[in-house]
Amino acid sequence: MAAEVAIDITKTYPGRAPIHGAIRYPLDQATSMVLFGPSGSGKTTVLRSIAGLEWPERGTIRFISRTWLDTSARIRVTPQERRIGYMPQDYALFPHYTVEGNIGYGLGELSPPDRAKRVAEMVELFQLQGLESARPRELSGGQQQRVALARAVAPRPQLLLLDEPLSALDASTRIKVRGDLRRLLTQLALPSIIVTHDWTEALTFGDVIAVMGAGDVLQVGSPQDVFSRPKNAQVAQIVGVETVVEGSVIDQLNGLVTVGVNGTMLRGLGPEPVGSQVLVCIRAEDVVLEQAGSGMTSARNHLIGTVTGLTPQGVMVQVMIDCGFPLAALVTRGALEDLTLRVGSKVTAAMKAGAVHLIAR
Amino acid sequence: MNWMAIWVTVKLASLTSLALLAIGLPIAYWVTFSKWRWRFLVESIVALPLVLPPTVLGFYILVAIGPHSPLGRFYTELVGHPLPFTFEGLLLASILYSLPFAVQPFAAAFEQVDRRVIEASWTLGRSKVQTFFRVVMPLSTAGLVTGVVLSFAHTLGEFGVVLMVGGNIEGVTRTVSIDIYDEVQALNYAGAAKTALFLLIVSYAVLLVVYAMNRKVWSAWPQK
Repeated sequence: MAAEVAIDITKTYPGRAPIHGAIRYPLDQATSMVLFGPSGSGKTTVLRSIAGLEWPERGTIRFISRTWLDTSARIRVTPQERRIGYMPQDYALFPHYTVEGNIGYGLGELSPPDRAKRVAEMVELFQLQGLESARPRELSGGQQQRVALARAVAPRPQLLLLDEPLSALDASTRIKVRGDLRRLLTQLALPSIIVTHDWTEALTFGDVIAVMGAGDVLQVGSPQDVFSRPKNAQVAQIVGVETVVEGSVIDQLNGLVTVGVNGTMLRGLGPEPVGSQVLVCIRAEDVVLEQAGSGMTSARNHLIGTVTGLTPQGVMVQVMIDCGFPLAALVTRGALEDLTLRVGSKVTAAMKAGAVHLIAR
Repeated sequence: MNWMAIWVTVKLASLTSLALLAIGLPIAYWVTFSKWRWRFLVESIVALPLVLPPTVLGFYILVAIGPHSPLGRFYTELVGHPLPFTFEGLLLASILYSLPFAVQPFAAAFEQVDRRVIEASWTLGRSKVQTFFRVVMPLSTAGLVTGVVLSFAHTLGEFGVVLMVGGNIEGVTRTVSIDIYDEVQALNYAGAAKTALFLLIVSYAVLLVVYAMNRKVWSAWPQK
């Protein structure tokens, strides 16, 4: 049997629409799956069901060869027996234990010397030196997050579950911690499932992204698949970023980054060093279309391309352009007529460097 | 002052609070965390002694443990003498009478413990029992002390139940409140006044502890 995660559950709360979670994806050594969607879409319920903290009234949850839930066969594996690392949204650290006490809490099966050794390893890995005897309330948000993560991974779980891992942090810490967390997850080489409502986080962490909306899993696929090729209008509206392509940083000058995407050069803003691989993300509404060969603007990017498709979206039209990579632009019907655009037309797509979002992978 | 009555009372109150700690914790845990829809039936039964006249409660207990009930006969066969009008019978009655004074503060304290912290303990492989002793109880200490102290204080002052179930046997079931009643009946106001003052001071001291705990006046104390 191939290693995979297979979830198919239904959970109903009184007075609310039922939540259906049907997700299936192959598991490489450390595949991380992002459950992405707006708040209230049911992603936390799905995560908590995987943790064994919610009992769906119907369905199955399988992790590799183990069945954690099968309502028809009356199989219900308790959270204690699932060997998972779970980090809830507000971390839920034990307020009456020290940092060391929190990290060592799940190591009851180890002998005291082994436990002390494991705790010391975690303190070092998560850079918590000097805070061993501190209580959770004495820690900053970022430190609390690292303790919670250390506590979750210390017992060497087979699956890591993170619920909005960055939402309790302030905006300035969040960007730094995002990168740190990505590196840590790679270093730990643990399969993980991460819940987030933030598309930058989804693209940072996800090898597989499952988009949820209104209680249903709408699409499961790679980041590019889900963002650039949404299955329907609902997914497109939830993800909100139409162009996601891979690129590599070619030049970096005072925060102005030049990225090569399949031979096309793009200017974006970011700290990524030369040579790093990034995801380039552009929202269709940030792309301005000009007639090919028109004058100067303040936009740093002018890409010449060919229109490959036109999709009406209410009063707007989504224009797909091939400019070395597929780029989506959103313009009004009036603008479309003024520019006399049709499939095959040449056009210049302009965007400011600030509209070219770079996400390190 | 009747030191014998004071000794009987303090012994009764201490054993009652101790027993309620053992019995009240599981009941309070169940009342707090059960998802059973008829849970309120049990909650109401636990709270019954709050509103029931002590004589009514005492009467039912007396009948239930008396020689004509199966329970009473079983006890008599087991121990050799009937349960009513003994210290053990009085202890049983006190436990039932003070049940809400222990269970309600315990349950209120458990309610305050963050569910997510309890769940975090479960996902870290700790059983529900281990989680109770490592997380739920340490985070409910103020409520636990309140429950123990309140049931102690409540037992100190009980009268109706003692009279119905325990009678008035010197050195066995005569408690302080019954002693005061006897002194007043005998027109010995001086004796009654001394014992009454003693009870007043002890009760006040006990409530001081409860309220101070809940106001966290000792928050400067090291926390474990």
